[in-house]
Amino acid sequence: MSALPVLIVVTPLVAALAPPLLALASVRAAKAWSLAAQVLCLALSAAALRAVLAGGPLRHALGGWPAPWGIECVLDAFSASLAVLVAGLSVLTGLYAWDWSDRRSPVREGAFQSLFLLLLAGLLGMLATGDLFNLYVFLEIASLSSYALVAAGPGREAPLAAFRYLLLGGAGATFWVLGLGYLYALTGTLNMADLSARWPAIASAPASSAALGLMVAGLALKMPVFPLHGWQPGAYAAAPPQIMPFIASAGSKVMAYAIFRLLAGTLGAEGQAGRALEALAPVGLLSVAAGSVLALTQTDVRRMLAYSSVAQLGLLFVGFSLGGRWAVIGVLWHMLAHAVLKSCLFMAAGSVARRRGSCDLDDFAGLGRTAPLTAACFAAAGLALVGLPPAAGFFGKWYLLRGALDAGAWASVAVVAASGLMTALYVFRVLERIYLSPPPETKRVEPLGPWSAAPMLALAAAAVLLGVFNEPLIAAFIEPAWLAATGGRG
Amino acid sequence: MSAFHYAACGALFLLGLHGLLWRPNLLRKLMALNVLQASVVLFYILLAAKRGASPPVLAGPGPAEAAAFINPLPHALMLTAIVVGAATTGVGLALIIRVHRLFGTLQEPEIVDKLGRS
Repeated sequence: MSALPVLIVVTPLVAALAPPLLALASVRAAKAWSLAAQVLCLALSAAALRAVLAGGPLRHALGGWPAPWGIECVLDAFSASLAVLVAGLSVLTGLYAWDWSDRRSPVREGAFQSLFLLLLAGLLGMLATGDLFNLYVFLEIASLSSYALVAAGPGREAPLAAFRYLLLGGAGATFWVLGLGYLYALTGTLNMADLSARWPAIASAPASSAALGLMVAGLALKMPVFPLHGWQPGAYAAAPPQIMPFIASAGSKVMAYAIFRLLAGTLGAEGQAGRALEALAPVGLLSVAAGSVLALTQTDVRRMLAYSSVAQLGLLFVGFSLGGRWAVIGVLWHMLAHAVLKSCLFMAAGSVARRRGSCDLDDFAGLGRTAPLTAACFAAAGLALVGLPPAAGFFGKWYLLRGALDAGAWASVAVVAASGLMTALYVFRVLERIYLSPPPETKRVEPLGPWSAAPMLALAAAAVLLGVFNEPLIAAFIEPAWLAATGGRG
Repeated sequence: MSAFHYAACGALFLLGLHGLLWRPNLLRKLMALNVLQASVVLFYILLAAKRGASPPVLAGPGPAEAAAFINPLPHALMLTAIVVGAATTGVGLALIIRVHRLFGTLQEPEIVDKLGRS
């Protein structure tokens, strides 16, 4: 028994109590507290990942009640590596938000830091729990914090965007609970390991398909994929730009994790779970196509990036559905790459929004001359997203293509290959403004502070370096994660 | 419990979903979300319900007959779900107050209209 799976959740949860009080004394102190908690969380996650890779999954029975009666916290190679990714992104976003101009009152800044920590606690809780109802509770901790964070956005549209997010998010969570009710009625258990043993007996019951359909639809709505993405572009554009690098990159990966953990890990892709995985493919393919096309039609770059996420998350569904070794390794790599790239892109877009008050294509005109650093980071992450080798975005699609070819899934081969091209279209639309359009006739641009520039540069560097070192990284982290996620099938 | 109870539960679920998606008023949408959540709470309670059974309180030492008790776990789960629902409603109402202060209306088409003009 190890306390680490619990500690990574409890640390941000408890730390979230202090910022509103600290902010009354000093806003700096509240920010420093919150950043310190995030760094501690990252260190604990890294320690957990090390322990998992050395000695197998970590388990902790809460309150000393053994599973399946009590709630169990489990970290294996799949969830622990995602925990490190999520905690790492939160630290980088915390640094990025450090010197964000303070037009808020201290109370609001304190609340903002609290919500940030609660969001982190919710996402890490979803990763660390071994109980499906507990997963719902953490899902709602993360979601409620996200609604409030989106509502803190600077524009007049923020409360309405957050409200729409709340309605659809609330409905998504309700779908999950209803599906879980079916599953509980069928098996009498909520514990993932216990469910895994009981599933074969009911794997082909019609009620099982209702359970899985509802549960997967609920999480797909929160992820989101087409056509359940209605809340997302508005929320991404309205949210405070300094929190977007975290929301846009971490939340969707944890939702995807929960779907894959349920269908492939816990239920072993047997019976209706296998059928549910197969059904993800058309949704994913549609999501890639629709997301890419909708991204092309946007003038607000944050909305464009939001639709781009819909497309890239569709690729995850395609890979989950193919299920072979290379397809899943490709998808796990793509989760890492997309998280790094999207948060870098949102940091660059946020810097533009901060200087100019809006984030339209025209605001990017001449950025290569007026703000070369931001422009270079956007270009590096954008090109990596397109999938130019040797950048990070290339290898996810490469392994995914290999998996699709192995499986002979020609529609997937075509869409994965075309997705790179479609990504290029919308990324180059922005790059053209950045490097070829003249800058608008406005006053001198203030340079980016070191706190904002450093994490953005680190992520842009990671976009290239991750790709260069993809083989050792896959051997060290992705392969164990694949084994933990699927039990080595395929 | 009978199919009638489950059907009523399903009807509430659909009613909530319909209101959530197609009502123009934000407050009604939020109430529809509450109806949706309540239908799932009832679903769990129906799963646990048993005619002629009692709450699981042991009268004394010795083995107990499990069939004589209703299952308490769904009740405990729904206690949590109700808390989550209350928190969601709280955040939703706070957002509705801010929307009303900004736009002076809760009709979604009017708000979108005002946003488009600004």
